[in-house]
Amino acid sequence: MFYLGAVLVCPMAALVVETGHIGIGVALAAVAKPAALSALRMSLVLVVIALVANALVGTFGAIALVRHRFWAKGLLSALCDLPLAVSPVMIGLAFLLLLGRGGLLTPLLDTIGVKVVFSFPGLVIATLFVTLPFTIREIAYVLEEIGQSEEEAASTLGASPWQTFFRVTLPNIRIALGYGLLMTAARTLGEFGAVLVLGGSISGQTQTATTFIQDAIEERQLPDAYGMVLVLGITSVTLLLGLEWIKARRQATTTGKALK
Amino acid sequence: MSSPRHALGPSRFERALRSSVVLYVVLLVMLPLVVLVGFGLSDGPASFCERLMAPAARSALWLTLWTALLVGTLNTFLGAATAWVLVRYRLPARAVLSALVDLPLAIPTLVAGVMLAILYGPGSLIGSSFHAWGLDIVFARPGIVLALLFVTLPFVVRAVEPLLSEIDPAEEEAAIVLGAGPLRRFFTVFFPAILPAAISGGIRSLGRALGEFGSIVVIAGNIPFKTLTAPVFIFGEIESGAPKTAAAVSTFLLLFALGLHAAARMLERRTGVRRAAG
Repeated sequence: MFYLGAVLVCPMAALVVETGHIGIGVALAAVAKPAALSALRMSLVLVVIALVANALVGTFGAIALVRHRFWAKGLLSALCDLPLAVSPVMIGLAFLLLLGRGGLLTPLLDTIGVKVVFSFPGLVIATLFVTLPFTIREIAYVLEEIGQSEEEAASTLGASPWQTFFRVTLPNIRIALGYGLLMTAARTLGEFGAVLVLGGSISGQTQTATTFIQDAIEERQLPDAYGMVLVLGITSVTLLLGLEWIKARRQATTTGKALK
Repeated sequence: MSSPRHALGPSRFERALRSSVVLYVVLLVMLPLVVLVGFGLSDGPASFCERLMAPAARSALWLTLWTALLVGTLNTFLGAATAWVLVRYRLPARAVLSALVDLPLAIPTLVAGVMLAILYGPGSLIGSSFHAWGLDIVFARPGIVLALLFVTLPFVVRAVEPLLSEIDPAEEEAAIVLGAGPLRRFFTVFFPAILPAAISGGIRSLGRALGEFGSIVVIAGNIPFKTLTAPVFIFGEIESGAPKTAAAVSTFLLLFALGLHAAARMLERRTGVRRAAG
């Protein structure tokens, strides 16, 4: 327990105390500056995009992965897991090589007139890469657990595929989807390496909350940095509470099902 | 959607949906990584090795390898012990502790780095007293290990926990009746049951530690040949316009991480362990 304290609890307390030294008001005022606000807004926009994309990809991908048989299944399963094993900096570098100057797809991007590196689309791509696994893995796990009998019953009773999906499958995976989406949000807010490499952290344009902190530290603007750290810290603790709540609910429902 | 019309197979719409998901994942994940490895190896194995063996690259790689290995090993034991305490004893603040274990999954690693730097930094009480004993934590190697322990904490705990709670109390009771002491009970009843999960969690920690960037940037100080880890080195090479070196070091680390990833996946599949996401 001492270990948990040294590694987890004390650092959080230290952050609060240190921000107290500067003055929480000063730190929060620093976050209200235009540059900080625009960084926060950028992070929020990315969260929204990541949530929508991963809700769709996660749901349909997991259904394909668990319920279908097709040749690319093993590949899909392996690839969905992979982003967790790759360092963010390498992700940034890989996309730079693919989409940056002299990259494989750069001529294509030039003809359609889209700039990815050091601009908004780059941030989106980096975010989508790192958040891919969360929804799809959570949902696939639950789909495997609950099996197929309910869906089969629905379709035997004459439900169309969409009816089966909305009335049976979706309610069953709701909790897993919620958990995956909260993880997606947390990861998007926290992503640093990939958005730094691919976005370049241009203030007011491609700066996110995390890259803002890094720049503020480098420029010795500690109130700015701590203010943003505090905002992100509070947000992630809130997300964590959401995650724990879902976990407790899930445990309640699975024990309920086991009793039936 | 998930229609069970097996006889007919999936409809054309379902197949189109499935193919677009596969295409999305291939374009998003596989293509860039293939390009990275291809670029890293493009000048042939000789210059690949040469880039890895350049003094700055070699020292960064070495630092990353040994700290990750240390953290992976430490985590296997500390994580198993933490899970053991969480499952076995009805502590008053158990729910809070259990939530705390998940914190590193939710908190940005950069934020984790800042918090650790404040707590153990030269300005703090702990940091200055360690400094008085001649041990610097922040902007030194212990800080790197500390940050890595923070970000990898959930992996082993979450892998081991479900297995620990599934162990039949009768087994331990039998061991007690047969006269086994607590230590012997731990090693004969619990240890064999959690070993594969602890190892796969340890491998996950190791893999994650190899790539950690956000918290390290803040806490390590990034002094070449001293506290510059491989991911930070890669970042520096990208910034200074040396993509070849960056790609070579990345390729090496990536292949290593993919090997670990595959090993952990295999272990998990065999033991049916579900790992902590993140």
